[in-house]
Amino acid sequence: MRPLPELTDENHAFWTGGERGELMIAFCKDCAAAIHPPQLVCPRCLGESVTPRPVTGTGAVYTFTVNHQPWHPDMAVPFALAVVDIDGAPGVRVTAQVIDADPEAVRIGQRMEIAFEQSDDVWLPLWRPSR
Amino acid sequence: MKRFAEKDCAITGVGMSEVSRGSAKSALELTVDACLEAIADAGLKRGEIDGIATWPGERADGSGFSPVGSAALQDALRLEVNWYAGGGEAPGQYGAVFNAIGAIAAGLCRHVLVFRTMYEATARKTAFANALIRAGERQAGPFAWYAPYHTYAAALQQALFFNLYVHKSGIRPEQVGQIAINQRRNAGLNPRAIYRTAITIEDYLASPVIATPLRLYDCDVPIDGAAAIVVSRLDGARDLRNPPIRIEAIGSSMEYRNSWTQLDALDTQAQPRVAEMMWSRTQLTTADVDIAQLYDGFSFHTLNWLENFGFCERYGAKDFIEGGKRIALDGELPVNTGGGALSAGRLHAYGAVHEACTQLWGKAGARQVAGDPKVCATSTAGGPLAGCMLLVRG
Repeated sequence: MRPLPELTDENHAFWTGGERGELMIAFCKDCAAAIHPPQLVCPRCLGESVTPRPVTGTGAVYTFTVNHQPWHPDMAVPFALAVVDIDGAPGVRVTAQVIDADPEAVRIGQRMEIAFEQSDDVWLPLWRPSR
Repeated sequence: MKRFAEKDCAITGVGMSEVSRGSAKSALELTVDACLEAIADAGLKRGEIDGIATWPGERADGSGFSPVGSAALQDALRLEVNWYAGGGEAPGQYGAVFNAIGAIAAGLCRHVLVFRTMYEATARKTAFANALIRAGERQAGPFAWYAPYHTYAAALQQALFFNLYVHKSGIRPEQVGQIAINQRRNAGLNPRAIYRTAITIEDYLASPVIATPLRLYDCDVPIDGAAAIVVSRLDGARDLRNPPIRIEAIGSSMEYRNSWTQLDALDTQAQPRVAEMMWSRTQLTTADVDIAQLYDGFSFHTLNWLENFGFCERYGAKDFIEGGKRIALDGELPVNTGGGALSAGRLHAYGAVHEACTQLWGKAGARQVAGDPKVCATSTAGGPLAGCMLLVRG
């Protein structure tokens, strides 16, 4: 099983939005800033009307790596890990494993779409190449 | 001209324990060895140490990352001090030195013992890199964003950054390899280094890929060992055993997002503004620098620092290190002259300070840089961690 994040007031929407198939990003209602990791007060305008809302769940690979080293005895390698610039949320990047792709074929700039994997009460975002 | 507090501080002594891939001594014994050597090297007595600083402080978690803190050392040597500090939230590994400068400037101390202990070689014999992540335990803090994707190791996190750097700079593996090759050559002249057998570009290219584009030889070597330095008030340093090595300027800023994934530019990491701060506090320039001990937890960090210090242009490190001549011991900018963390062992930037002082004092033996080097630039790194110093003898 994957190590899971502790859910907090700040990150709850992000880690559970996958139940509805939604990538939830925090936005400030006052100044429209996208805020990640999510916070309850806007770090730009200090407004307190920060709410999570779904984005399209697509984006472009900012950077990636193909991991070859098994850091745990039962870890399946190789796998690709990608940092993706999120469409509709300027400045926000989400790091996740890439699925349904040859790891060696992942490229910077490649279009990705979100997928989710449920584990306990967490819906972990994963990236898969856009079809 | 504005007076900067670091200019009233100097390194007056250095010490290093045995450094190995598995020690018969405990972490505390190694720490004591390094600290007593540093105190004696400065020409001081134990009772004259009136401050202690370390980074990141004791972490009794079995990882070997920082098994000894200020309190444990104080008790082991029964030091009587006016001030002490150990904590990880600081400008990189040199945060302990910067804290010492503050304590000296505040009049709290005259001679601060600064140390860093690693026991990772022993820890790794019984645990994987993810030893701290336990089944069923929820993850909190900044690494919780990575942990579900099995991204426990610094190598994997930094590979993400390094790949963007490769993409933007166009650096080729044959060029990256010059960092590891140069440092191994230097380590061959350093009797305390872990790995001393020279490597070739063929060896580098054949070394296992850990996470693209990082190869094994791009990664530092976990060790058991400790390094210590004494940071003294300059007015009390002049009469000591060694010519004082003045702390000419420091870079300690956090004018960037302190985040592993949301840094403005993963390919340059947190270093550019930190380096700018350092240069803003001195009249010296890159042309005055004789040697550089640049952070090399991964060779990528060294490439970053060559550019961020301004020794070459942005994305120009590939040309600067081409063929390895410029960064060699007899080059225009000798880099990581003792073998660095890649070959001498991971003392987490404190091996670099030890080597800087050894070179500036002319005590580096077979690897001594010619021409009586007086100025050294040194740095720490790792994602949102960054700190740097310019050290000047005399």
